[in-house]
Amino acid sequence: MIKRQFIIAGLLSWLIVIPHISHAALNVFACEPEWAAIAQEIGGDKVKVNSATRPMQDPHYVQARPSLISKVRRADLLVCTGADLEEGWLPVLLRKGSNPRIQAGQAGHLMIADYVQLKEIPIRLDRSEGHMHAAGNPHFQTDPRNMLPAARVVTERLVTLDGENEQVYRDHLSSFEQRWKASLRRWGERAAPLQGQPVVVYHRSWIYLQDWLGLKEVAALEPKPGVPPGSRYLADLLTRTQDMSGLLIIHSQYQESKSINWFSDKTGAPVVVLPSTVGGTPGADSLFSWFDTIVTRLLDAQDSAG
Amino acid sequence: MNKLRLPVLGMAAVLSAPAFADNDFEALQKQLDAIKQDYESRITELEKRLEKAEQESKQAPQQEPEIQSVSTEDKPAEIVRGKPKGDRSFNPAISLILDGRYSDFSRDPEEYELPGFMLAGEAGPGEQGFALGHNELVISANADDKFYGRFTAVFAEHDGETELEIEEAFFETLGLDYGLKLKGGRFFSDIGYLNSQHPHQWDFTDAPLIYRGLFGNQLNEDGLQLSWVAPTDLYLSFGSEVLRGASYPISADSNDTVGAYTLFAKLGGDVGASNSWQAGISLLDSDVGERTSEAHGHEEHEEEEHEAIAFSGDSKTWGADFVWKWAPNGNRKQRYLQLQAEYFFRDDDGILSEGEEVGTLVGEQSGWYAQAVYQFMPRWRLGLRYDSLDSSATGSDQELIEEAGLDSGGYKPQRWSLMGDWSNSEFSRFRVQYNRDESSPEVDDQWLFQYILSLGSHGAHRY
Repeated sequence: MIKRQFIIAGLLSWLIVIPHISHAALNVFACEPEWAAIAQEIGGDKVKVNSATRPMQDPHYVQARPSLISKVRRADLLVCTGADLEEGWLPVLLRKGSNPRIQAGQAGHLMIADYVQLKEIPIRLDRSEGHMHAAGNPHFQTDPRNMLPAARVVTERLVTLDGENEQVYRDHLSSFEQRWKASLRRWGERAAPLQGQPVVVYHRSWIYLQDWLGLKEVAALEPKPGVPPGSRYLADLLTRTQDMSGLLIIHSQYQESKSINWFSDKTGAPVVVLPSTVGGTPGADSLFSWFDTIVTRLLDAQDSAG
Repeated sequence: MNKLRLPVLGMAAVLSAPAFADNDFEALQKQLDAIKQDYESRITELEKRLEKAEQESKQAPQQEPEIQSVSTEDKPAEIVRGKPKGDRSFNPAISLILDGRYSDFSRDPEEYELPGFMLAGEAGPGEQGFALGHNELVISANADDKFYGRFTAVFAEHDGETELEIEEAFFETLGLDYGLKLKGGRFFSDIGYLNSQHPHQWDFTDAPLIYRGLFGNQLNEDGLQLSWVAPTDLYLSFGSEVLRGASYPISADSNDTVGAYTLFAKLGGDVGASNSWQAGISLLDSDVGERTSEAHGHEEHEEEEHEAIAFSGDSKTWGADFVWKWAPNGNRKQRYLQLQAEYFFRDDDGILSEGEEVGTLVGEQSGWYAQAVYQFMPRWRLGLRYDSLDSSATGSDQELIEEAGLDSGGYKPQRWSLMGDWSNSEFSRFRVQYNRDESSPEVDDQWLFQYILSLGSHGAHRY
């Protein structure tokens, strides 16, 4: 016979355990490195930032690892892409992290997708179309213009959560906006020759970049989003693109390269690895150098494709 | 498309036309023509609009950018406020898991035995030939800002009858303060590593032998769970459950309010960018009322007017589990390796009874499994598993112990399993598994072919 008093006492003892939480800095849990970088820009030394995804990880395929649960547990602000990009793992983390401050609907729960204009919102939702996102294509971080609304809303949330340092956050924001707008002009001027440049992408994760730079996507190596290409599909693609000249093949650092290299060999089109986030490729280790790298790599490849 | 749709629409229009003179065919004809034309033009217009919209949404990148050359300014001047996400927002997430198999056993699965262990419920190798597996319907959502709820129904077929089983029905707090969480209702206990996973998330078609032998595959019960995540860098979590224990293996007395409690602790973390791990220990302490064996093999004996042999007494189960996962740079899309092992030990102390016949029992049952699963290229995985069990039982009535299937006669069941599976996407998986099953001294060669489809909302990438 189990003693009931013992059970009740055991359960109650849990409630008495009061952990020590220090509020020295706001804990920011970013789902992807780019939002970690934005949070760091705005928060400066008032925040402690962690990113759930590393640059070499495909953010679709992260698991709710123990280390992430312990980070979510302590987070004051969650900054994620949203638009279902993290649908496989973020809901589990939110449940397992037992943290009321960052649940949906709280000030500590921020999905940037809610504050930018998404493209490719599907008319028909059916998984035969591949890995669909009902809210639209979630890879909007590749258009640097979206970093401005992102920075603004991060600022708003930091101010809500930590009003004491409001001026610090607002100062950081205006400094960032100024530098970012100057960079946008600079990138725009440099990237002018890329207007109309035909590209073959691996995953359709560059549509926002294409829109920004005026690149023209002629094909995707994945037959459907998230579905790796088969040999027959690649052969078809080859015949479809054989008359095109000056093609560039672009893919991000974490995507498999076998089919990409095969396609490049057959077509002679150069492969450009573009960082999909901060830290994606060597030298792209800040928000600014990330887009510097993208523009530089595309221009270099365009030169070599002649 | 028009051709098919129009007659139907026309007929509907005719049937619903209120003023309709019986003999006035000409008027009818005109009316019909008018309706037909009207619908035709409307349909063409609609189709045009749809086509246009489809092109705009799907082929936006192929179109020429509208205005600017390369824009040098930011687009939105103000923050766009959150926009509603359509009608899914307030509906619960629904997913349906389809699971079916084809099995080929060299021994009759009806005669399956696990010497030294009582078998119950679904615990067995399954049925020969084509059979449905664990088809489940899961409905879940946040109830409000403080509570999350989930309901899982399983449709299973036993002896030609379809059974509906409520596998999970629980609420969970979305975070009390201090990292505490309360869960209540029916749920999978958090003891061990595999126990709280649904069968479609397992890496092998069947449960490890020790789960089969001790829990009848899995321990799910009605009760309450309180857990706490420590505010530390290292993942550290403790929890405790109080369980009613109505079903196997706790099988508590009908007069008891609580048949068992559990304690568990888990810790885990990352090692570099490519590795992560989790380790856990657990205890299930139960007050067994009447644990009986319901295995197939024993059903046959019922004809011989045998009363079921029941165990009652104290039962404690200790468990330890460990998982190590590796993926180059943590990117699981391409390749990963997953090592996993669990060990359980159960100590039973009480009496065995069969009607009037009563004897004491001191039983020790233990077992472990270790498995490795390797995704060597996207979509393809291979796995190897080894199971091993051991048991001993002593008591005043050796005959009773033997009849209950608790006397292993020194035999140690073991099993080797090899599996390969292919997943076209995250939502479909096809698996082949071979078991060299030495549950009993006579070897059983088992071939299992399984499909698992997941329809509806996206499943969880749980660790």
